[in-house]
Amino acid sequence: MREPVRTIQLSVNGQASTVTVPVRKTLADVLREELRLTGTHVGCEQGVCGACTVWLDGEPVRSCLLLAVQAEGHQVTTVEALGTADHLHPVQQAFWENHGLQCGFCTPGILMTVVAFLREHPAPSREEIREALAGHLCRCTGYQNIVRAVEDAARRLRPARG
Amino acid sequence: MGEGTVWTGRRMPRLEDPKLVRGRGAFVDDLMPEGTLHVAVVRSPHAHARILRIEAARARGAPGVVAVVTADDLSLPPVPAEGLRGAKLAPHPTLARGVVRYVGEPVAAVVAASRAQAEDAAALVEVAYEPLEAVTDPQEALHDRVLVHPELRTNVAYRRQVRAGDPDGAFAQAYRVVRATIRQQRVAAIPMETRGVLASWDGALGLLTVWSSTQVPHDLRDALADALGLEANRIRVVAPDVGGGFGAKLNTYPEEVLVAELSRRLGRPVKWVESRRENLVATAQGRSQAGEFEVACDPRGRILAIRARLVADIGAYTLATTVDIPALTVRVLTGPYAIDHVQAEVAEVYTHKTPTGAYRGAGRPEATFYLERLVDLVAAELRLDAAVVRRRNLLPKSAFPYRSPTGARYDSGDYRKALRVLLDRAGYRELRRQQAQLRAQGRYLGIGLSCYVEVCTFGWETARVRVAPDGSAVVFTGTSPHGQGGATGLAQVAADRLGIPPDRVQVVHGDTLAVASGMGTAGSRTLVVGGSAVLRAADKVRRKMQRIAAHLLEASVRDVELRDGVFAVRGSERTVTVAAVAEAAYQASRLPEGLTPGLEEEGTFVVEQATAPFGAHLCVVEVDPETGEVDVLRYVSVDDCGVVVNPLLVEGQIQGGVVQAMGQALLEEVAYDPAGQPLVATLADYPVPRAVHAPAIEMHRTVTPSPTNPLGAKGVGEAGTIGATPAFANAVLDALRTFGVLHLDTPLRPERVWRAIREGRAWG
Repeated sequence: MREPVRTIQLSVNGQASTVTVPVRKTLADVLREELRLTGTHVGCEQGVCGACTVWLDGEPVRSCLLLAVQAEGHQVTTVEALGTADHLHPVQQAFWENHGLQCGFCTPGILMTVVAFLREHPAPSREEIREALAGHLCRCTGYQNIVRAVEDAARRLRPARG
Repeated sequence: MGEGTVWTGRRMPRLEDPKLVRGRGAFVDDLMPEGTLHVAVVRSPHAHARILRIEAARARGAPGVVAVVTADDLSLPPVPAEGLRGAKLAPHPTLARGVVRYVGEPVAAVVAASRAQAEDAAALVEVAYEPLEAVTDPQEALHDRVLVHPELRTNVAYRRQVRAGDPDGAFAQAYRVVRATIRQQRVAAIPMETRGVLASWDGALGLLTVWSSTQVPHDLRDALADALGLEANRIRVVAPDVGGGFGAKLNTYPEEVLVAELSRRLGRPVKWVESRRENLVATAQGRSQAGEFEVACDPRGRILAIRARLVADIGAYTLATTVDIPALTVRVLTGPYAIDHVQAEVAEVYTHKTPTGAYRGAGRPEATFYLERLVDLVAAELRLDAAVVRRRNLLPKSAFPYRSPTGARYDSGDYRKALRVLLDRAGYRELRRQQAQLRAQGRYLGIGLSCYVEVCTFGWETARVRVAPDGSAVVFTGTSPHGQGGATGLAQVAADRLGIPPDRVQVVHGDTLAVASGMGTAGSRTLVVGGSAVLRAADKVRRKMQRIAAHLLEASVRDVELRDGVFAVRGSERTVTVAAVAEAAYQASRLPEGLTPGLEEEGTFVVEQATAPFGAHLCVVEVDPETGEVDVLRYVSVDDCGVVVNPLLVEGQIQGGVVQAMGQALLEEVAYDPAGQPLVATLADYPVPRAVHAPAIEMHRTVTPSPTNPLGAKGVGEAGTIGATPAFANAVLDALRTFGVLHLDTPLRPERVWRAIREGRAWG
């Protein structure tokens, strides 16, 4: 029996892509294997750890729980689109300076959640930050420096008063 | 450290991070060579069964399938494993032959063009089993009624007894004897990146390259050489970016041997990446010990003697780290306390479960947990304050260097100071007052204390340091950091010796082709052992640079000093930069007589005496008596890891370790049913702490340099789990004292706490 496939069109990090994929293949696997965007990591394959978080039309989703064909016609954004080597996104910069990551495996997914969260909550409390991170697992940091990094990033992103 | 310690001690953000925050790291599964084949492993659904036959025809005919292999097809030896002298080892088969001994044991492997096809076909492999009786309770296993390995004629893999001083005499004179049975459940390490391995055999050159998510690339190289019958020089093992290990990636695993062999047979790159479900049954688990204790004390709470009988449930096979861990628990059993008389015994027992091995702290958290619970029980028995009893038992500053009755050696320390600083910073007296006040209002605060000492840093390391003609440097290390920030720490050490800023120091690790030997990253050793080797190599390079600089400056070597990247003649204006010296070093005509071109040196550091980081932790919880829920209100730590190279990295290790300990104390358990079926299969039923559970940790340090190494560092990777696990448990049990509860085994989940309160109320 041949594996059923479908050709889909979607926008990934602002670029139109046409890919032919097995219908059962997850969005995470297609991003990683077909498009070679390996910054999106897969940690549990069932939506518990949050490592695979990307944006679908600007909203965080778990790319291991979506089939790629469900993303047809949508805009997908991954960690690779956040900043460049010369200009890190302020949230990336804050994670770096606050030691908000250790092994870095869970980090891309957390960054996608945090950038979206700070859009809606420009001045969050620590409790709100911890709530926002509730869908992510990190085994290295104990979360303390992640919380600090998010607070710092919020300060960086707020327009300077003046 | 002397002159020029500009970088050591700085809170320098990590060199590793820019690529990781951009998703540009390269973890094993991110590597996708053209033509890679994928492996799915068929695993045993039984804890103990005879394999009657394996029918693979349907799987072989499935789409995309290249091969299906069983033990008979490969005839590979078991996975090489070492063990302590006298241990009855049962090395792990690469694929099961005849009998399976735990749920998850590899039985067959399917190789296909895609992972999905391999997994589809794996479901078509029909294995006929005859289920056999399983033994899962280690106490039961001690009776040898059901044998895990009949050829060993016993389930006891290793037994050790220690007797020091005069325990019988001490017990005879004791004012009181406190007795307890304390269990430490099985836990899973759960690195966020599961295991994974990619192998590529180059038939023309006869070279095997293996990328593995491992903490010990050199150990893996040597194990593969043994298992595959290849020369170690023909194997290159690379540990690329590794997403955490916590000790679980210290073992060589069957899948690593299997994938390497499949690549050799098929002549194609072959990859296997562990699913999370597999990770919970096929990766070594931790702790899994229990002990029966008697403690003899005097009226003031001084502990005179301790008797311990430990039983470790090690699972079905011995991996590289399985046997050593419970033995280490006995070695450090007296912890930071002056206990002179000890009688201890450990039995390591095979059961039909996943093998155990190193898990962050590896034997030492177990010892600390027992001891810190026992100290609290002594305090409760004598109605003394837990802090007072600890102070009375801690080794005095004058005791160092100290040799414990069980044979552990402690290099340096001031344990009482650490406790004093902790009580002061936490406001201990005020906390006790608050506790009493709130108790009167029907609220249950618990204050938990823990003092610990860790004995760590083993082995030796070689490092090479090269300064290139452009004035940049490369450091080669046999350690294999995988999240700790070791590259940054090592670059800081080298930077100070070389006068080259750390961002111009590249650190190469995790590649056996680049570095001939190494012992990896484990046991809090990377900076202490690896760093000391880097320091020595860099010092040699510096001495050579100094000679070249003196030659260029037409001065005596003695008059030339290095400051801020510039060699200068003392008392004159004449200078030459490190970069200019580096350039000259590669031009034979510009060198003084007797020097050969080049700027690369090797340094070796051999551990002659282990280091002993130590500290004291305090945890405050509130227990809800109606639900049994535990809310962590405060966490205060005082840790002493000697001289600190980068405080940012040290804090990260403490924070991560404390929260990992919290998982063990309050949440996590790999439970099995009596037939040996694991009751945890996913992260949905294995509760790793989340941001909403974790406390913000108030961290403090004392600094006692270690005399054992040129950096004065002691190591910090495991301190968090060692110190914190008992602090959390002691806090909860302190809150439950009112209900007459003296001890509960971990994890202290709401249901267990609630039941204890209910029973306490019924009795009280």
